[in-house]
Amino acid sequence: MIDISEPGFADPVRDAQGCFRAVLAAMSRPGSVHPITPALHPPAPLHPATAAVLLTLADPETTLWIDPALSAASPWIAFHCGAKTRAAIHDARFVLTTKFPDIEKLDRGSDEAPEDSATVILQIERLEEGPSLRLAGPGLASPTDFRATGLPADFPTIWRANHALYPRGIDLILCAGEKIASLPRSVEVS
Amino acid sequence: MAYVAVKGGEAAIDNAHAWLAEERRGDPSVAEIEVAQIETQLGRAIDRAMGEGSLYDRKLAALAIKQAQGDGIEAAFLLRAYRTTLPRFNHALPIDTETMAARRRVSAVFKDLPGGQLLGPTYDYTHRLLDFSLATTGADSREVASETVAASQKMPRVHDILGHEGLIEPDHRTGAEPGDLTREPLSFPAGRDIRLQALARGDEGFLLAMGYSTQRGYGGTHPFAGEIRQGTVAVEIVPEELGFALDIGDIEITECQMVNQFAGSKTTPPQFTRGYGLVFGTSDRRAMSMALVDRAMRAAELGEDTNAPAQDIEFVLYHSDNIEATGFVEHLKLPHYVDFQSELESIRRIREASATTE
Amino acid sequence: MSALDGYNFAYLDEQTKRMIRRALLKAVAIPGHQIPFGSREMPLPYGWGTGGIQVTAAIIGPADTLKVIDQGADDTTNAVSIRRFFASLAGVATTTRTAEATIIQTRHRIPERALTVDQIIVYQVPQPEPLSKLQPSRAETRRMHALSEYGLMHVKLYEDVARFGEIAISYDYPVMVNHRHLMSPSPIPAFDNPKLHRMAALQLFGAGREKRIYAIPPHTDVKSLDFEDHPFRASRAPHPCGICGSNSSYLDEVVTDNEGGRLFVCSDTDYCSENSK
Repeated sequence: MIDISEPGFADPVRDAQGCFRAVLAAMSRPGSVHPITPALHPPAPLHPATAAVLLTLADPETTLWIDPALSAASPWIAFHCGAKTRAAIHDARFVLTTKFPDIEKLDRGSDEAPEDSATVILQIERLEEGPSLRLAGPGLASPTDFRATGLPADFPTIWRANHALYPRGIDLILCAGEKIASLPRSVEVS
Repeated sequence: MAYVAVKGGEAAIDNAHAWLAEERRGDPSVAEIEVAQIETQLGRAIDRAMGEGSLYDRKLAALAIKQAQGDGIEAAFLLRAYRTTLPRFNHALPIDTETMAARRRVSAVFKDLPGGQLLGPTYDYTHRLLDFSLATTGADSREVASETVAASQKMPRVHDILGHEGLIEPDHRTGAEPGDLTREPLSFPAGRDIRLQALARGDEGFLLAMGYSTQRGYGGTHPFAGEIRQGTVAVEIVPEELGFALDIGDIEITECQMVNQFAGSKTTPPQFTRGYGLVFGTSDRRAMSMALVDRAMRAAELGEDTNAPAQDIEFVLYHSDNIEATGFVEHLKLPHYVDFQSELESIRRIREASATTE
Repeated sequence: MSALDGYNFAYLDEQTKRMIRRALLKAVAIPGHQIPFGSREMPLPYGWGTGGIQVTAAIIGPADTLKVIDQGADDTTNAVSIRRFFASLAGVATTTRTAEATIIQTRHRIPERALTVDQIIVYQVPQPEPLSKLQPSRAETRRMHALSEYGLMHVKLYEDVARFGEIAISYDYPVMVNHRHLMSPSPIPAFDNPKLHRMAALQLFGAGREKRIYAIPPHTDVKSLDFEDHPFRASRAPHPCGICGSNSSYLDEVVTDNEGGRLFVCSDTDYCSENSK
């Protein structure tokens, strides 16, 4: 049984602000890893970082698709965020998952409104470990290395297809334990 | 160096605010105006502030008018800035103007009709002679003959009467949830729901001028005032936990239904079309202007030429809001000396260069 | 009771902040692209910086130190007013020192001192659409951005060169961001444009009345439009500052008497006082 009464942020205003700044810094500097400071004890299998990102960004004005592997936490998410859950992954602005999704199936925005695209919140085991990727693009003074577990082996190829759509495309927020990192669509991965 | 950069912005602001408060209060030997007096005696100013402020609250509107020294746009701005901080508990059901407790109901297209013509408290037939008896308080105590049509007594709309014969286009009901431009920014093409919302809170002077322009040939719509009705209607909500409608109070509104000519097209036989206006409080001017501009903005939808300002949806919607407009016009008085300096340098340089080449 | 009791931290309600925050993240992900957002009425008029204020309110927290400048100066009345707004509604520390600030909200200038990766600069933007003077319809300009159809702007610049011998835009000089999006840098003097390029700080732009947010992440390419034979030039008044003597800062021209006397002083008041020490 999942207890939806597991609390959300202890201080909703300040904790959300602090978490947002971490996400903003992560999105501004692709691949940089940021700690999520508020102490949070979400129901398994959600990691604190994943829960914090959801509490910060999702609300009744947003649509959310939840990976069946995380469905045990759905009641908690519904209670604390109130986001409208969607059965079809294409209809969701936030895609919460433990497995990198098929980006062809996601909303990648339109030419006139590329911002109307999905943000994938990917929960993985570890950041700063795993296969090394080379990142370049806005936010980076020079090409930089990035390591994460749980990305598909052919991730650079997948991401190249996403980047080729620019300015359309999806953005990725990676959450592991109490840390986050991000890959916006503008970044090149090799 | 004799020159010291200008300091003292903080003190200047404090002094300006103190002076403003003093000026607002005016001559202390004259009694201070009470909010209740504004609320009950300056009703038309209240109605306009509520309309342009997008907030139905007569007491707050009265306070805003007092605080703004009677400046209508400033009062509407105060209400808007307050409104935006209010949480939304629920959304009202559509109001039903057919069951309005009407004080006024006039039709320019039928001499008599079910429910009758009801003049109500109107300036229409007053002679605009300054009434010097109002200059002394207590002089104005004449008997008032008030009559309203009770809310329970339905008063059919002129458009429904025309509708029975199929002479007027049907009411297009989509059943869709209307948009809200106070939450979502404008995007185009803008639906009629958004257009009507923009007009309902638009600047009265702008609406009037745009409506007037259609009568003078810039996007003519051949309007007839099918019906104008003014009175109170009930506002109802359906709380999630109750599941049935609850009356939360009455609001005063003015509704205008314009009947406009339409030549017909290949697929539609000639029939009358609609322009619609609905505003807070009592204002034929505002409701009628709104209805004219609403109809003008439907030109493209009805396959008419669209070359007049009032038919240009983007133009009308982006310029109808007086809070946005007054801000941007008045911001020109903020310091621009950095930009002006860069222009000065540029002009000096170009003049020098052209002097050298000559 | 204070007039401000009953308002949330930094004025905006949490739902509005989340909406702005979502827009900011998309803005960062698409550098230079304007994101429509549900701009709220603020207690300051449109044109006074409502967009910048909403962006600042959505990002600021108790750990921040805020600096607000207008025309480069901390003591201009509008800068004072906005700084007071955040001091009273967010209770944050404020400063006039560029080096000490974590967030700098600005109207019309970029500080002379190079900003760092730990800082965020928030611009107040009156007109976010760089093509607005050439094409007033936003439905049309949106399409032009979608197609990267910027020929109209190049024609305008070319006509300037033909007529004046140079590009006659001295402020709000259009830039190309990340080689893709044409962007208004807000009405900063063209002198400040080079600072936009590969700046270490995150740059956020808020246009309240026009309801648009956009951003430039750190270290992003920002190119001022020009032609090979008429390269972009950042110019300033050819004088030293009358107070600190700087030969590199942007200058205000102050009229000192009725006989046309002029004095040139730094527009960046913090830079000037640091430089005078």
